[in-house]
Amino acid sequence: MGKRGKKTNISSIKERFWGYTMIAPLVTGLSVFYFYPVIKVFFDSFRDVGAFNQGDWCGIRNYQELFADPVMWQALGNTLKYVVIIVPGMLLLSLILAALLNMNIKGRSLFRVIYFIPAITMGAAVAMIWKWIYNGDYGILNQILQLCGFEKIRFLGEEATALPAVCVVCIWGSVGYNMIILLAGIQGISKTYYEAAAIDGAGGIRQFFNITLPMVTPTLFFVLITNLIGTFQTFDAIYMLVPNTSMAAGSAQSLVVYFYRNAFSYSRRGYASAIAVVLLAIIMAITAVQLKVQKYWVNYDE
Amino acid sequence: MKKKKLRMGHVLAYLFLISGILITVFPFLWMILTSLKSQTEAIRVPPTIFPAKLIFENYVTVFEKIPFARMYLNTIISAVVTILGHLVICSMAAYAFARLKFPGRNVIFMLLLAVLMIPSSLFILPQYLIVQKLGLLNTIVALFLPNLFSAFGTFLLRQFFMSLPDELEDAARLDGCSRFMIYARIMLPLIRSGLAALGIITLRFAWNDLMWPLIVNTSTHKMTLSAGLSYLQGQRWADYPAMMAGAVMAVLPLLVLFIVFQKQFIEGIAMSGIKG
Repeated sequence: MGKRGKKTNISSIKERFWGYTMIAPLVTGLSVFYFYPVIKVFFDSFRDVGAFNQGDWCGIRNYQELFADPVMWQALGNTLKYVVIIVPGMLLLSLILAALLNMNIKGRSLFRVIYFIPAITMGAAVAMIWKWIYNGDYGILNQILQLCGFEKIRFLGEEATALPAVCVVCIWGSVGYNMIILLAGIQGISKTYYEAAAIDGAGGIRQFFNITLPMVTPTLFFVLITNLIGTFQTFDAIYMLVPNTSMAAGSAQSLVVYFYRNAFSYSRRGYASAIAVVLLAIIMAITAVQLKVQKYWVNYDE
Repeated sequence: MKKKKLRMGHVLAYLFLISGILITVFPFLWMILTSLKSQTEAIRVPPTIFPAKLIFENYVTVFEKIPFARMYLNTIISAVVTILGHLVICSMAAYAFARLKFPGRNVIFMLLLAVLMIPSSLFILPQYLIVQKLGLLNTIVALFLPNLFSAFGTFLLRQFFMSLPDELEDAARLDGCSRFMIYARIMLPLIRSGLAALGIITLRFAWNDLMWPLIVNTSTHKMTLSAGLSYLQGQRWADYPAMMAGAVMAVLPLLVLFIVFQKQFIEGIAMSGIKG
């Protein structure tokens, strides 16, 4: 800096002034509503906070209780089940759809638009519609089952079926969104690869596995990461489809839903804070593993 | 021979795509059809597909059971303010992060990226306590206050600012324009597509978000549509046609916007994947 003339010095002071001024609203907002809350949650997870925000320091008791809490373990297990069912199912379907829509097919843009509709639909409304479809007495699914001579199933009221039923709704709701992102990734692949492959006589399926799939891995990685994190935090569908009053509430409850119920229904804020911290730790761990593993399968060279 | 194989591939592709479309569309069709049936017809066994007689009363029932018009208004206000806040606050900060040099810039930006990684449930409880302390529970302001800006939006717009050439600014600086004027007059119009993408992504979030509005506003007059639907469903009376009518009306505005601006919607979402 010292080597430069006076003029650049003034302009660099001005630049600093505008730099700080223009980030000020964002930094203020982030500090109040994001950075402070992170510290507060860590702090509260070591306190015995109830409904009125009073509470004494209680060391690691919240965590001890948490790790001895069978409901928490069940919620964690459910969350893993959601991730293991929803993420691969959604990835596979959206990748197939993206690849098909990349083909020379009539009505491509119409297909794209229709597939995208669930992505702009309110989660609460989606859940409401599916709750009606799944309804144990009059839902269309059960009506069809009965017409075919099967017994009725209380999809959302039974422990065995509630979680898979929620998974179906989540996959249904997210395929179109991810398909759009993957399609953009596929369309970014240079045409020369396909032309070269066509000259070599490679068919559509071979082109998909030898060109499209490896070249789309960066986008696939982005979709995988965002959906892993997103699915870990599934809330809307579970909250609406399997409420606390349901017989299957425990077997469909995710960690975030359990957090929500502790924080806002049972007013156990210190305990809820500990759940939030555990959730953060898990998501950090998953992301770290993914970042490490990506170099074995993500292809970054153009 | 080759051509025949290709055709087979296309037929299979169409079969897959069309069955996917049917699965995608059916729940929406069923929602609309149910919303037009009487309550007795909706639960008839075996079911009717099309309403024997079109009933529009369910749509009126929703307005009678819950303050649906208020909820509409609340959602619109909250979404508009959230979007404006994002466009102003994020774009300003994004410009500074992308094009201005000041000590601490990179550290602050790294902190910003860290926010992207943290699950929202970590913030939500203290955010609630802050809003409570400010005496803002059950107000419209509570709906949008912590959502006026985002780390994601800043990150997205920064990528757009970074892709613009330096020469654009140099001429204006020689003319003595301040950095803020350069941002407002020259650079902002150039990242219109980025602003549109952020606006769309924010609209989709603000219109549909459930957990936050559910927490801060428990009075039905201050609820958004999604919290309102949740409230409607929580009522003891299981009037499915009315619920479906509520869902139709809650979903319709965004659906219409999407149909009109489908190119911008799809590009905006695709962009978030590529730029992110």
